[in-house]
Amino acid sequence: METKQPFEHVVREHGPVVLRVCRAVLGVDEAEDAWSETFIAALKAYPELPPGANIEAWLVTIAHRKSLDLIRARNRRPSVVEELPARASVLGIPGDGQSDVLDAVGQLPPKQRQVIAYHYLAGLPYKDIALLLGGTADAARRAGADGIRNLRAVLAVVPEAVVKGETP
Amino acid sequence: MSVEHHEPEVSRLLAPLEAADPLTLERLHNSLAVCAEQSHALDIAYRTIDSPLGTLLLAASQRGVLRVAFSREGHDAVLQHLADHISPRILLAPARLDTAARELDEYFNQRRKAFDVPLDFSLSKGFRLNVLEHLPAIPYGRTESYTKVAEAAGNPRAVRAVGTACATNPLPLLLPCHRVVRSDGTYGGYLGGTEAKRFLLSLEGAA
Repeated sequence: METKQPFEHVVREHGPVVLRVCRAVLGVDEAEDAWSETFIAALKAYPELPPGANIEAWLVTIAHRKSLDLIRARNRRPSVVEELPARASVLGIPGDGQSDVLDAVGQLPPKQRQVIAYHYLAGLPYKDIALLLGGTADAARRAGADGIRNLRAVLAVVPEAVVKGETP
Repeated sequence: MSVEHHEPEVSRLLAPLEAADPLTLERLHNSLAVCAEQSHALDIAYRTIDSPLGTLLLAASQRGVLRVAFSREGHDAVLQHLADHISPRILLAPARLDTAARELDEYFNQRRKAFDVPLDFSLSKGFRLNVLEHLPAIPYGRTESYTKVAEAAGNPRAVRAVGTACATNPLPLLLPCHRVVRSDGTYGGYLGGTEAKRFLLSLEGAA
């Protein structure tokens, strides 16, 4: 018999990645709702998951669907005035920088946010991301590259080579 | 899962998002456990308690307490066994076991002589189940021989099987297999170790 680990282990092992993915796709406020809905849905479906399946990819797929639900619900609500995005700093990332990066990610178009979350944070290959988002693996790769370029511009991160060059 | 960034700079760019947030994750886990309980999606809830016999694992289905395990059994192995044989829908969710934990605490403090939490006998069947169902009939502070238990369980010749049933009791303490001793008065084996059996019988004033 193929064994399946207790769901508690799944939450402990993959909870952090799913939270990062939800934050990148939705922002901090809605990320926790998406996380909770992802894991309650996963708990219900867990016995039917084939043994040996890639659990993290499965969770990211569920998180993607739950995030879309939340975005649709958000779009149905009257819009609220959002906070102005933080200004780009030329000094790099201050403090832990998490809120700055999240703000910057929040300014990207949805597809770029999704590709950055699924590929760079969760390690999903582009071909799997294409299945989630529609389109081709190449299109997903381009969206990811565009997203990273835009992030770099917003955060004004100076490439390492340039930093080294400037150091006397 | 290891993430391969073709550009190390991308890792540096996204590094702040990697920051672990243990408190948030703990809070999310706890509300997941509550939500799972409310939506009846949680097949097995578990928690641990401290006791004079070391850390005990308590696990309950929606019907009742399913398993009490000593730490020498390996709590991870016990949970994996439950995942394999009952359901993998298992979460650390203490609330379902509050009453069992309180009753065990009272028992260890000599303020309780019998348990009345609902039990789930799913892990036992056949003659072993007959044996386990007889155990609560042995009063607090008293002992019974394997032979007498075999008679009570309906098969006087199955003394050895009584030994096995007690040695594999999934609900020690709640089902007092520690009160079953050898006819010659020696303790006989115990899942929690002979020392634990001796401790419990002297706690109850039977030794």
